[in-house]
Amino acid sequence: MKARYATFAWRRVALLRLAALPIAATLCRLAAADDASRLSFAEMYAARGVLGLELAAKAKALAGSRVEILGYMAPPLKPEVPFFVLTRAPVALCPFCNSDADWPSDIVVVYPRSSERWTQDGLPVVVAGTLELGSKIDPQTGFVSLVRVVGAQVRALR
Amino acid sequence: MSRLARRMGAIVVAVAAVLLAVGTSMAAAIYPIDRARILAGSRFDFKVEFDGLLGADGARVTVNGVEAATAFGKPVRFVENEDGSGASSLVVNDVTIARPGTYVVTATAGAKTQSVTWDVYATGPRRAKNVILFIGDGLSGANRTAARILSKGIKEGKYYGALSFDDMPYMALVGTSGVDSIITDSANSMSAYTTGHKSSVNALGVYVSRAKDNLGHPKVETITELVKRRTGMAVGIVTDAEIEDATPAGMFAHTRRRADKDIIVEQLFLSKADVVMGGGSAYFLPRKTGGSKRKDDNNYVDLFQRVGYRLATTDAQMKAAAADPKTTQLLGLFHPDNMDGALDRHYLKKGTVAEFPEQPDLADMTRAALAVLARNPEGFVLMVEAGLIDKYNHPLDWERSVYDTIMLANAVQAAKDWAKGRDDTLIVVTPDHTHGVSIVGTIDDARPGTEMRDKVGVYAEAGFPNYPPADKEGYPPSVDVSRRLAMFYGNFPDYYETYRPKLDGPFVPSVQNESKQYVASGRYKDVPGAMLRTGNLPHTADTGTHTADDALLTAMGPGAEQFHGFIENVEVFRILVDALGLSPAPAVTAAPAPGSAEAARPRVAATP
Repeated sequence: MKARYATFAWRRVALLRLAALPIAATLCRLAAADDASRLSFAEMYAARGVLGLELAAKAKALAGSRVEILGYMAPPLKPEVPFFVLTRAPVALCPFCNSDADWPSDIVVVYPRSSERWTQDGLPVVVAGTLELGSKIDPQTGFVSLVRVVGAQVRALR
Repeated sequence: MSRLARRMGAIVVAVAAVLLAVGTSMAAAIYPIDRARILAGSRFDFKVEFDGLLGADGARVTVNGVEAATAFGKPVRFVENEDGSGASSLVVNDVTIARPGTYVVTATAGAKTQSVTWDVYATGPRRAKNVILFIGDGLSGANRTAARILSKGIKEGKYYGALSFDDMPYMALVGTSGVDSIITDSANSMSAYTTGHKSSVNALGVYVSRAKDNLGHPKVETITELVKRRTGMAVGIVTDAEIEDATPAGMFAHTRRRADKDIIVEQLFLSKADVVMGGGSAYFLPRKTGGSKRKDDNNYVDLFQRVGYRLATTDAQMKAAAADPKTTQLLGLFHPDNMDGALDRHYLKKGTVAEFPEQPDLADMTRAALAVLARNPEGFVLMVEAGLIDKYNHPLDWERSVYDTIMLANAVQAAKDWAKGRDDTLIVVTPDHTHGVSIVGTIDDARPGTEMRDKVGVYAEAGFPNYPPADKEGYPPSVDVSRRLAMFYGNFPDYYETYRPKLDGPFVPSVQNESKQYVASGRYKDVPGAMLRTGNLPHTADTGTHTADDALLTAMGPGAEQFHGFIENVEVFRILVDALGLSPAPAVTAAPAPGSAEAARPRVAATP
């Protein structure tokens, strides 16, 4: 089942690149892992305005539950940092390496399981873990996040 | 060994160490640096860094032969072991030198001395009521040429018209290098324009010293601070990038790291700039608000409004606020991040235009800023940045950078229209640095050949491109034509060259791999005809980079005649403050007050 999932996902991602299908559409075709509910970047916020983001009802309802999100793994902050940033679209720049760069507002911070290893940056991945909402400052780095997936399993889609 | 003997031994070792240090120490650095040109009456922090530990009496610092404390009229702070670096420093904060002339600063430690020489200058009387400084961020020669071709058209070698900044009567080549490097970034290049002091990459309004605290470096006064401290003039800061990004921040900020954007917003609030417009609202929101990038609970959208600023978050709100004669302070925030560029906003509707459809155009932002600032009878200093020219040159997206160059021309035209008929406004248009980009010919889909490189026409084969005539806003309504400009960047990471405009959204040429190296983004690999260009920059370079090529400045209005030939970027500041008469030379030479910097002057043959 897992092998089939991986093959299926890879083919879908290849399609995504060719046809530039939105991530949400792709995710809909992916089987959800275990009991996790699927959540896409598009479903995360009810409104994104100049004066802030408002979380969508679906995201609020899933707080504390296991979710599965498809996104792109951004370049890591530092090797020793215990989380990575998941973005809606590929981010070429590493904002911590390049002071000219900055994160998009609608990022998800992912804390993988400690034993979890992940692969290349800038690639589409599926993360499955517990959804945490609300402003939080990472004690080690001072990084501020609003949406997090903790205890996450990370699968690279290639 | 008894305790006393051990202690005595320790003391002997310590004394020997101090003597040794004094014997070998010398000043590692003096700030402001050698050959600094300083506006008389402007504030700066003075710092001498020695390269070893000294006792409080181990160093002597003089200004034209007078002890620094006496010369500056302020106590000198001795830092015995700065940040635990094992070296001592001397600091005097908020120094001013009122009297123009040559100042020689000499630091002596032991047998060694080091000197720097400053030229303190006065200005003439005020000739300009207003100054409008346009920054085309990263605006390179090819951007100008391509904008002229696309916007005005060209036939038989002659253009059908000129861009609004082409026909200004004065022009200069600007050297943009900084204290630390021939290559500048937008932080220190803007600081040069706004403080008259060169700085280093990533630094704003400071000399980069060995201090560990980003906010602990020697500060130099910005034009916003000068104008607010010495006049009743208004200040406007307008950009289409984040308002806390390097160029707008150069108007007011002091930090060694431009990435301190949350701190920069705080400094913006304290600067009392009257018109503040751009993107970057995420750094104004308290951290509990979704989308905030702050680390504290301060709500700067509220704070600005509480002290009287009118808030606008859309084009319509901005225009309404500007039209209201009661508006004298305006905060316009139109995007949480950088705003979208002209090509996406007006034509392609890509980027984040669908989410933020009500972003204003830079030309309208310029008109709105002028309407509000002109309500101040004392005059104003307005800085308008076309920041996205650089944001698109970096990822090698020349079409977007050129559409934004046309937008800059529209913004400059708005300023020229406003200033028409009045001879009291100095208008300066300049890049802050350049990119390595050139027009080499055209790409003609009809040319023979299977590889896209064979579609590139050079020399006679280039001919002319076939962009449709510009619309009334000055933009060709389509950028996707069959015979388009061949415009290439000379310094780049690995990327796939597609020889075509990026119609699906701004170009992202490279991505980082697991070895932290930037490699060509596979997203463009399958574009028909795409060709891998192996980068000529280090693998750590994520995009194209700035170049040391001279920047081309044009100017008009009172004081503009001082722009000619080659000038250092810091001279732009001198010419702006000269036109504004911010520190006019005294008509009568008064006797210097005892203990003032002036008192130091009689000791040397200073040239006023």
